[in-house]
Amino acid sequence: MARPFDADGRPLEPEVLALPAVASPPAAAVGPASGTGITRWWRRFARNKGAVFGLAVFVAVVVMAVFAGALAPYDPLAQGVGAPLQTPSLAHWAGTDSFGRDMLSRIIYGARIALAVGILAVLLALVVGVTLGLVAGYYGGVVDAVIMRVMDGLFAFPIIILAIAMMAVVGFGVKNLIIAVAVGFIAPFARVTRGDVLAVKEEPYIEAARLVGVGSLAIIFRHVLPNVLAPIIVQGALRVSGAIITEAGLSFLGLGPPPPTPVWGSMIAEGRNFIVMAPHVSTLPGVALMVTIVGLNLLGDGLRDTLDPRMRQ
Amino acid sequence: MLRFILSRIGQTIAVLFTVSVIIFALMRMIPGDPVLMMLGEDFTQDAYQRLRAQLGFDRSIVTQYLLWLGNILTGDFGDSYLNHERVSRLVFDAFLPTLSLVVASVIVGILIALPSGLIAAMRKDSAWDYGSMGFAIVVYSMPSFWKGIILIWIGSVYLGWFPAMGYVHPWTDFWPAMWRLALPALTLGTFFSGLVARIIRSSLLEVLDQDYIKAARAKGVRQAALVYKHALSNALIPVVTVIGLQFGALLGGAVLTETVFNIPGMGRLTVSAILNRDYAVVQGTILVGVFAVVGVNLLVDLTYSFLNPKIRVT
Repeated sequence: MARPFDADGRPLEPEVLALPAVASPPAAAVGPASGTGITRWWRRFARNKGAVFGLAVFVAVVVMAVFAGALAPYDPLAQGVGAPLQTPSLAHWAGTDSFGRDMLSRIIYGARIALAVGILAVLLALVVGVTLGLVAGYYGGVVDAVIMRVMDGLFAFPIIILAIAMMAVVGFGVKNLIIAVAVGFIAPFARVTRGDVLAVKEEPYIEAARLVGVGSLAIIFRHVLPNVLAPIIVQGALRVSGAIITEAGLSFLGLGPPPPTPVWGSMIAEGRNFIVMAPHVSTLPGVALMVTIVGLNLLGDGLRDTLDPRMRQ
Repeated sequence: MLRFILSRIGQTIAVLFTVSVIIFALMRMIPGDPVLMMLGEDFTQDAYQRLRAQLGFDRSIVTQYLLWLGNILTGDFGDSYLNHERVSRLVFDAFLPTLSLVVASVIVGILIALPSGLIAAMRKDSAWDYGSMGFAIVVYSMPSFWKGIILIWIGSVYLGWFPAMGYVHPWTDFWPAMWRLALPALTLGTFFSGLVARIIRSSLLEVLDQDYIKAARAKGVRQAALVYKHALSNALIPVVTVIGLQFGALLGGAVLTETVFNIPGMGRLTVSAILNRDYAVVQGTILVGVFAVVGVNLLVDLTYSFLNPKIRVT
């Protein structure tokens, strides 16, 4: 029986609970070990259909965000490029919104905020959380106790509620949105890093480095960090979808970038008023959001199954 | 056992203390002077100083925190800056709809997850398995606010079966309340079911692999009887934990779902308070929300230790 608690008796996060990857054969079914690490990893990864689909979705969203200017048929902010609330047609593949703006162009541009906030928020949380986890795990004692109790406190907040509270503190705007979303993701990174540091700290090579007089900072960043980084990066990949959902939720509530910025969450909220006449205004940005989330979740699961040695069966 | 309970309660108190410090610090970091906000446009320097002293803002930060904590512990969350109503009253009134929504969603979620998780485990690697697990991933990945809009579109605009919005307390008028709660509970419940179905499947598969099940099978017990009589009760234990783990996510999802369905709950109260800069209310809703999450986690851990004696030793 899997015990969904960690060593301290605290419940594990849902992602840590073993979830079956749909349609993925066990990673142990990998053929003879040949080629370099990367090609071997790719072979394992390519066997996981869900992960490959996820990767394709991720690449598509990145292309949409980067080349939005070239891909979007219209200016996403230009009003009246078509009649308002037009259903999808040849001229406007995703219809138009209540201001007569082209929905497809707005959805394509919307990928920018989603990706930027999702990735940057996770990166920010990763840098802060990993630093705190490294310091807590390496120094131990009071430093560890204080940092980890604060992390326990942060962890108790539902992510979206913490983000809402942060928006009240930092105010509105894209930069503040990234900070607000990031705060909710710091604690998991700190916990994972601290646990790994505690394990690595006891290794003979760390002891040796300390004996020959290497400073604490150098030990932490040159010797401990590289050895705990792989599982942390996997964690990061798993969190991006959560960060995007949080951003979309905040934008939906009206706490995101102000109009007329094309943001999926706010587009869904705007379309609510026209759900009877023009359901596409609300539903189509949601399709883009959902496909992105499903793709990122599958990609994250695939990376976890193929990269993290602890998860390998 | 008693030691386990006491240590879990101790941990919970420590977390609640940290949470209260975090919320206190957040509220102090909000730009703007709350004294000015309460005074409004016209005031004298004297009135300013008097109110400032009355609110305790002239004392040390530690004293301020202790005063604040004392008030919170006696249920005094202060008054709304906006309409001077008691924050405790506002939060209590908003908490009931949110709680009904969360409870209804857990029930709906389990009703969906149980059969789909069961069938996925019993027919492992079949179309049923892939179908129900694919469904689980999709409903889990759909943002709740968008799913709510889709359900309104299908359930009330297209089919016309359910009211699109509104809320009635289940204890004032049960059936109309259920009628209005159906779509919101389905919105949030399917999110929950996606996770629970996956847990039921994996824990059932694990239990079915145990020796006592193999022994029962060798004795000729039929597959269905095996699952219902011997495996299911053990496989359901992790589900209790998931409820605890996901209570926070459910509450967060409720915040968004309420907005979609115009339910006068915690989410709407918090968001409108933020937009109105009514920070006494923001602080109240967040405190109550997080305390509820921590409390439910404690309850779930204790329940779990009763269900699974192995955990008690730690």
